[in-house]
Amino acid sequence: MRLIAQIGEWFDRRLQLAAPIREIAEHPVPKNTASWWYVFGSAALVVFLLQLVTGIMLAFVYVPSASEAWNSLQSLNHDITLGWFIRALHGWGSNFMVAIVLIHMVQVLLFGAYKFPRELTWVVGVFLLLMTMGMAFTGQVLRFDQDAYWGLGIGASIASRVPVLGSAIVKLMLGGPIIAGATLSRFFALHVFVIPGMLIAFVGVHLLMVLKLGINEWPMPGRLVKKATYENEYRELTHKDGAPFVPYAVWKDIFFAAFILLAVAACAIFFGPFGPTGQPDPTILQTAPRPDYFFLWIYAVLSFLPPSMETPALIIGPVIVIGALLLLPFLSGEGEKSWRRRPIAVLTILLVAVTLATFTHLAGYTPWSPHMNAWSSDPIPPRFLQHRTALQRQGALVFQAKQCHNCHALGKEGGQRGPALDSVAVQLTQDQLIRQVIQGGGNMPAYGKNLSPAETTALVAFLQTLHPAGQAPARDASRAIALGKIGEN
Amino acid sequence: MSTDSTISRRALFMKIGILFNGLVATALAVPIVRFLLASITRGRANGYLSWVSLGSISQFPEGETRLATFQNPYITPTDGKTADTACWVRHVEGQQFQIFAINCAHLGCPVRWFPQSGLFMCPCHGGAYYQDGSRASGPPERGLFEYPHTIRDGLVLIQAGELPTPGSPTASLFGKKPPCA
Repeated sequence: MRLIAQIGEWFDRRLQLAAPIREIAEHPVPKNTASWWYVFGSAALVVFLLQLVTGIMLAFVYVPSASEAWNSLQSLNHDITLGWFIRALHGWGSNFMVAIVLIHMVQVLLFGAYKFPRELTWVVGVFLLLMTMGMAFTGQVLRFDQDAYWGLGIGASIASRVPVLGSAIVKLMLGGPIIAGATLSRFFALHVFVIPGMLIAFVGVHLLMVLKLGINEWPMPGRLVKKATYENEYRELTHKDGAPFVPYAVWKDIFFAAFILLAVAACAIFFGPFGPTGQPDPTILQTAPRPDYFFLWIYAVLSFLPPSMETPALIIGPVIVIGALLLLPFLSGEGEKSWRRRPIAVLTILLVAVTLATFTHLAGYTPWSPHMNAWSSDPIPPRFLQHRTALQRQGALVFQAKQCHNCHALGKEGGQRGPALDSVAVQLTQDQLIRQVIQGGGNMPAYGKNLSPAETTALVAFLQTLHPAGQAPARDASRAIALGKIGEN
Repeated sequence: MSTDSTISRRALFMKIGILFNGLVATALAVPIVRFLLASITRGRANGYLSWVSLGSISQFPEGETRLATFQNPYITPTDGKTADTACWVRHVEGQQFQIFAINCAHLGCPVRWFPQSGLFMCPCHGGAYYQDGSRASGPPERGLFEYPHTIRDGLVLIQAGELPTPGSPTASLFGKKPPCA
């Protein structure tokens, strides 16, 4: 024991680190910040360290070459002992890191921790969030499969919309004119050197400021932040009602960090690694590319934007969102910190959360996409075919053969791109059905050139049978007059 | 020389040293920036586009739309499968062709051709196009990108080499509004 102490002393005489480390560890924090609400920042750091360690291990095997990357991932998954587990840890660690960073941000927002004098801590935090998202996206690219390939295509298509510079940005991003070897090489450099380097530097600055400025005190309703007096008030608070960070508050961080690592490991064991999906071969078109979980909401938003809004929303939208986040502490740097008296902050967070959750949920079953195989694999339920005339059944055949089923559901089977047609005859008259089929409209293609008159007649005859029992199909009341048949009915 | 100048020899050397470093940094920055921007400037000098053969005209029956693949004219040794590109070839009649990029004009996902309904459909956000490439429905702002093409010695040739994206200057080369057939 004495020997260890002597060795320690020998080192400290040269390094002189023991005193500053003790000072950092024992810096006083307000007692009520020793709360389970204050553990997310340290948890994000711990998961980041896990990502560094597992990432370095993956780099021992991964080959950042467009021709070999996919094979090296297969070898990690199937050949190398526990390669699958390290991949799974890294993949799940990524999901946890994004989630924890977001939760940390919400907590900071709710507790008003971004207010004076911690504005810069928040601004650096916003950049840390952007870098975390950057790591998630570049990481998805390194899993060089079909989703990665077409995800890059989507990224390039978005970047190309930047006015004037769009085309140059695309070539800079891809490292050439197409998505190929050079693209993967530069995303590897971004994911492994550039962004992690920046992350480490920014995390350092973020932590330094937390230590220098002190952790945000527990917000009390009515205790307002004023630039003139806050720093003195905080100093008094930490002296009167403070406690050393170690061990008074740190034990909760330690417990939560272990719990999070255990949760990542459990997900890795139970759910395994992500992909890779099919080979990144651009000539294989039988694919429905989807981004990773935290980008699904963008994927959904992009299908709902009207064409005229697309470019402005894609180019200006991120600038507004990031700008608003960066400006927040400067627009509301003083005043009330407690969420109990900040209804707009609480409602904004709820609105954003519900919006993101809704879009993510929608992206889970993509109602905007045609079901490419519905015409050949989803049969028309028998009840729509019983007691029908030959012409009506011929129409049902047209319905399948012309792939109407890919976009329109019948009896809950088929695509959801267009409206379900179970009771279409109640809504549209015969003439309206014919017009809709031939001319399209309302986001439906026109089938006039692709259907013979006989096929259209049969199809409309079938569509007219689609109404609930006991509810008459729609009819044009003026038709009888126009045809001079008034009084005949 | 004015006598009130108090600059010391050391301070002068420090300033010269900083200036010297600035000069060296600028000199080094030129090749570094040129290297970083190589993927943009190379395209400007020689152009990434070249004429590529899709095969004999007889491979594409009249009135049908078929998938063709070609190797990108600009490749690097590590490209592997990603050097290959696919495109949709529509043989309208006689010498008249339309050759579409597989990339959806919305966000670049691979569109699939359905001869039964005469539509190209995109699996990502539900974009659909008619057989002549014009927009049918969904989020795309325009029709499919068309490669400039020509028929020479019985071969179908296209001018290709860049990923067609909505904002690229070559997008206009790829046809803003495909002619109705």
